[in-house]
Amino acid sequence: MLRRQLIPALRAVIVLTVLTGVLYPLAVTGIARVAFPARADRSLVRVDGKVVGSRLIGQPFTGPEWFHPRPSAAGDGYDAMASGASNLGPTNPAFLRTVEDRVAAYRAENGLGPDVAVPVDAVTASASGLDPDISLRNATLQAPRVARARHLQAAVVLGLVARNTHGPALGFLGERRVDVLGLNLALQRVR
Amino acid sequence: MTAHAWEQLAAIVAIVAIAAPPLGFYLARVFGDGPAPGDRIFGPVERAIYRIVGVDPDHEQRWNVYAMSLLAFSVASVVVLYAMQRLQGHLPLDPTGAHSIDPALSFNTAVSFVTNTNWQNYAGESTMSIFTSMVGLAVQNFVSAAVGITVAIALVRGLTRDGARTIGNFWVDLIRATTRVLLPIALVAAIVFVSQGVIQTFAAPVHAHTITGATQVIPGGPVASQESIKMLGTNGGGYFGANSAHPFENPNGVTNLLQIVLMLLIPFALTFTFGRLAKDRRQGFVLAAAMFLIWFAAAFALTSFESAGNPRLTSRGVDQSMSVGRVGGNMEGKETRFGAAGSGLFGATSTGTSTGAVNASHDSFTAAGGAVPLVAMMLGEISPGGVGAGLYGILIFALLAVFIAGLMVGRTPEYLGKKIQAAEMKLVVLYILVTPLVILAFTALSVAFAGPRSAILNHGPHGLTEVTYAFTSAANNNGSAFGGLSTNTTWYNTTLGIAMLLGRFMLIIPVLAIAGSLARKKRVPVNAGTFPTGTPLFTGLLVGVIVIMVGLTFFPVLALGPIVERLGG
Repeated sequence: MLRRQLIPALRAVIVLTVLTGVLYPLAVTGIARVAFPARADRSLVRVDGKVVGSRLIGQPFTGPEWFHPRPSAAGDGYDAMASGASNLGPTNPAFLRTVEDRVAAYRAENGLGPDVAVPVDAVTASASGLDPDISLRNATLQAPRVARARHLQAAVVLGLVARNTHGPALGFLGERRVDVLGLNLALQRVR
Repeated sequence: MTAHAWEQLAAIVAIVAIAAPPLGFYLARVFGDGPAPGDRIFGPVERAIYRIVGVDPDHEQRWNVYAMSLLAFSVASVVVLYAMQRLQGHLPLDPTGAHSIDPALSFNTAVSFVTNTNWQNYAGESTMSIFTSMVGLAVQNFVSAAVGITVAIALVRGLTRDGARTIGNFWVDLIRATTRVLLPIALVAAIVFVSQGVIQTFAAPVHAHTITGATQVIPGGPVASQESIKMLGTNGGGYFGANSAHPFENPNGVTNLLQIVLMLLIPFALTFTFGRLAKDRRQGFVLAAAMFLIWFAAAFALTSFESAGNPRLTSRGVDQSMSVGRVGGNMEGKETRFGAAGSGLFGATSTGTSTGAVNASHDSFTAAGGAVPLVAMMLGEISPGGVGAGLYGILIFALLAVFIAGLMVGRTPEYLGKKIQAAEMKLVVLYILVTPLVILAFTALSVAFAGPRSAILNHGPHGLTEVTYAFTSAANNNGSAFGGLSTNTTWYNTTLGIAMLLGRFMLIIPVLAIAGSLARKKRVPVNAGTFPTGTPLFTGLLVGVIVIMVGLTFFPVLALGPIVERLGG
């Protein structure tokens, strides 16, 4: 009885593939290209016509003159072809040692005393490894270091932080956060 | 939970409460006997499809023929998807140069998507071509969800028909579920996703030259069209490795809320379909209420545990407090834009609906938090469960509940006027035993051998949880993972594949058999001894039966995993 059903089954797979696997995604692509061309094409950021990244995808920044993103487990860090989390468990000793090291490094970089609690987003890896954002508290603690390295007034840098801070949509959907690439691009324009 | 989390939770409840009933009534007309809205548009398309497939839409099937059609369709789907992956290197639309995939992984992935599990032993961006994702995996996202709907509808017909020999036509139900339900909603949701930044492009990866002089390769893909059906069909298979944590799949709080709503929509709607087809809407309400209570408890618990943070980090000088400008809680494996609230609500919904999409790393949840998605799956995916699978799952528990109530008062149990007798109860017991047996047997085998044990990333009790989670997810057709476990091995590809097959078809066949058996029975009139199943008391009994069944089965393994880890300090 199963064998008699296999012919219609195979035909059904093919017809439904054409419908949901070809016509449907092409329809979505067509509408998306007309209605939201930039967003459909990865929200790319261009400087002088050249692609420097995506507004949605985090990038690695090191050095005192930049705001630093969160630690990343994507490849060697912010590898957009290898998204992913660390998957380290909450009681894993290796994870706890890593966090201790990151706390010490964050305090040293930003000239913070041993009693200053470090924002959790600054010492933990995100789920995607491509998190484009940091918390406002994290950005505020990094601002004096960036200002010193760039010979800018702290108020100027904090102003840029404020301008690149996004509240949750409708006031409650998501978290308040600072867009690191946007902020660093703004810093570069100041110079 | 913070005020902020409560607001998001309230918004989810409000949207689903508004949208699910009308959708459920629409579904009742699509799968009922009379005309349905949109016949003029969908009718000609469907008739053309029936002609090509070669089926007579007016010919109804007995349960065993219905089951055979379903199995044949699933076999054909596995074969096509397997072949597509094996031949991937020779197929078009492959801008990243993805190679053909080895037999074990191809088997696992084919089974995974056909069974609506979407367990992924690979990372999409490096392993799958656009062709395989779009023409293979995303197609199964539609049709495996449609198959779930057909089984639920067949069971409802069995419960509501009087002395009937047939339970509908599988091909008609499959195609109508796809064309009239899944495609229209997915299309609208996909466009909304693109408007928020979910990508939809066939372009090759772009090489960005960053302002610090580095290069970042940014992938493309038809993501939005897959994302909407991934959530709506409670599938959960991510286009990218990071799944719904990836900014291109889930860019902000709006898309996160929409993804949660899409997961809940059809499973809750189907309870209203049931109430309408049973001509007693209270019967649908009590099921929806039981689903809601368990979902709410899980969402509240997970969000609370994750918001409280990891106590081991506080003592190491980490600030996990939450306030304006501070993203607090346990942030390892979470995205800043979602925080603990957006991640907790998503995780509980994804594991309560058999979706298995993740917007946070479940492996990095706190010990107590990680137990929540695990238990949500162990409950048998009924809070509110997968598309179709949630309704037939909770109806099976309802049969068990009336049976237990019948035992207590010493009467033959009835449900919707159908006598529940030995034949049905044997099938119910089979349904309830298959999943725990598969989970516990494969977990025990995997930790008994050194090879499978070496796949564990986090050792100690957490490692046992990783393995338990994997088989619980596979056997319940969920698809989420404690991702630290390295499962792209011959052992796990094979055993997880078998677990998914058993957890899908060894449940569907008994359900269809019950449907056939009940359809044949004459309805008996309600009398003084009938246990009423349309009351809050029945909701309480149902929740109690579900929790006790699962508690008795899984408490030992939970004690050795998350409970020990939590008590360890």
